[in-house]
Amino acid sequence: MSKRLIDLQHITKSFDKQTVLDDLNLYIRENEFLTLLGPSGCGKTTTLRIIGGFETPDSGNIIFDGKNITSLAPNERQLNTVFQKYALFPHMSIAENIAFGLKIKKKSKSYIDDKIKYALKLVNLDGFEKRSVDSLSGGQQQRIAIARAIVNEPKVLLLDEPLGALDLKLRQDMQYELIRLKNELGITFIYVTHDQEEALTMSDTIVVMNQGYIQQIGTPEDIYNEPTNAFVADFIGESNIIHGIMLQDRLVKVLDVTFPCVDEGFGNNVPVDVVIRPEDVELVEPGQGMLEGDVVSLIFKGVHWETEVLANGYEWLVQTTQMHPVGTHVGIRVDPFNIQIMNKPESSDEKAVESDV
Amino acid sequence: MFNLKRQLLSGPYLLWMVGFILMPVVMILYYAFTTTSGHFTLLNITSIFASIHMKSLFLSLKLALACTAICLALSYPLAMILNNMKQRSQGFIVFIFILPMWMNFMLRILAWKLLLSNNGVINMVLEAIGLPGLDVLNTPSAVVFCMVYDFLPFMILPIYNAMSRIQQDIIEAARDLGAGTATIFFKIIVPLTMPGVISGIIMVFVPALTSFAISDLLGGGKVLLIGNVIEQAFMQEYNWNLGSGLSLVLMVFVIASMALMSSKGEKGGASVW
Repeated sequence: MSKRLIDLQHITKSFDKQTVLDDLNLYIRENEFLTLLGPSGCGKTTTLRIIGGFETPDSGNIIFDGKNITSLAPNERQLNTVFQKYALFPHMSIAENIAFGLKIKKKSKSYIDDKIKYALKLVNLDGFEKRSVDSLSGGQQQRIAIARAIVNEPKVLLLDEPLGALDLKLRQDMQYELIRLKNELGITFIYVTHDQEEALTMSDTIVVMNQGYIQQIGTPEDIYNEPTNAFVADFIGESNIIHGIMLQDRLVKVLDVTFPCVDEGFGNNVPVDVVIRPEDVELVEPGQGMLEGDVVSLIFKGVHWETEVLANGYEWLVQTTQMHPVGTHVGIRVDPFNIQIMNKPESSDEKAVESDV
Repeated sequence: MFNLKRQLLSGPYLLWMVGFILMPVVMILYYAFTTTSGHFTLLNITSIFASIHMKSLFLSLKLALACTAICLALSYPLAMILNNMKQRSQGFIVFIFILPMWMNFMLRILAWKLLLSNNGVINMVLEAIGLPGLDVLNTPSAVVFCMVYDFLPFMILPIYNAMSRIQQDIIEAARDLGAGTATIFFKIIVPLTMPGVISGIIMVFVPALTSFAISDLLGGGKVLLIGNVIEQAFMQEYNWNLGSGLSLVLMVFVIASMALMSSKGEKGGASVW
């Protein structure tokens, strides 16, 4: 594994007596694509702004490449930011926008011209030097904002929901574009988003946050397949989160039905949260499943049918490729390895889990 | 059908424009190019070159420029301070600046006449603390002072407006790219507030150039601006032809200065209007 580039140590920040970040600890490795993911108000943008230098933490340290940069101004840090609303300078041409940082560093004219050309090529907007900012579409403006940041050769690029204002198709294209950019530049990306799909597509590491606390840090696969608590499970993709009792190792009671599972070590007769992904629920003939119920709603989603089945008092969300019309009596089956067992929240920083998304 | 009805709505305004803007301009044009007996002449226009008229025109330009420069020097820092204040107090301060505009223009000038006079409140206060009294009434300084007082809000508001429209994001982006405070001010804030500065300049310079009431009341007949000359031609000499001719010249000056400022504004990437 590559070395730690940024280390956030015991970061606390509050605005008007409201705590936004509480003793946050996080490190970011060199050349990592790290995403801070969470609902609005979870502290992800504040974390990014603290790394960028736009906010000063109330307490804690930011170590960058071995040096403490906690009190350095943004213009003294070796990183650049891509803002959500592009923040291009409206009175300058595209070339002047991109050259802004380089002119401050007093680079030669030929160096700047080369850099502008290179950056525009990198974001697929060759020949846009003379264009004005308002003649560009949102997607193009965001590419220019990225070009303006990367010509300064930062070690880290901070991206604050950069695709938030773009439409769906463009957003998906830009996701691949960003991955390509990151690989070509070989620098660290710290990315903030509330869109779990964006996070799963692009990240090496995802940090799931809620109410100022980190809920889980892991690879996209880890986060999706092994969520550590109900909040993460609910936020990353859709889930059936049901109250259950862990009877003993490998046996959990949910909705008065005993399911075999693969989890161990929770103890006997312990209340837990049971998470089952909608694509992991199988609809079978009545009598062949573990419990039975009736289809109460059916929505065609393209790739699959989103079916809701009322069984034992719980509305199961099920994604199937077969259609089961509303009113059909069906059986429900879940494979043991598709059942995720989680402890109920206990400690203070896990309480954030209970709040709704 | 719907469109026709909509167009009819502009009727009253069109009538107003024709009756109170277009007609007077046509009449001014007519009087400007004719003699009292109705013959064509250019004398009314060329009389601007008479030394007494030239003197007034230059004095007007001088005082209007001074007033504009002082307003700009006061307003720009003020708008910056205002913009950095909390949102709620911003509204209150702007309200205070606009408050005097609710009072009658003439009353405000007369109030200053009383305040500035030799036995006025200001001199009484100065005397009381042992300072020499001011003798500014009936001088160009008093006229400029009152012009600044009257026209300052027209400079502050457009600049403040332009400044408050600058997104915080843009300032942060500049800092992020390595800009220090001075660079942000000269490369970002000044260019982006230029449209406001230019409309402020026009909104102060034009009324200052054409004003006659202030110089009339505070100049004591000693400060003769081009506006006073025109007023006298109309009201005292009943020479409408001369008054119209000089008005036309003044109008050309106003339009020329506005066009000049507007073209400057467009170069900066934003138009004034």
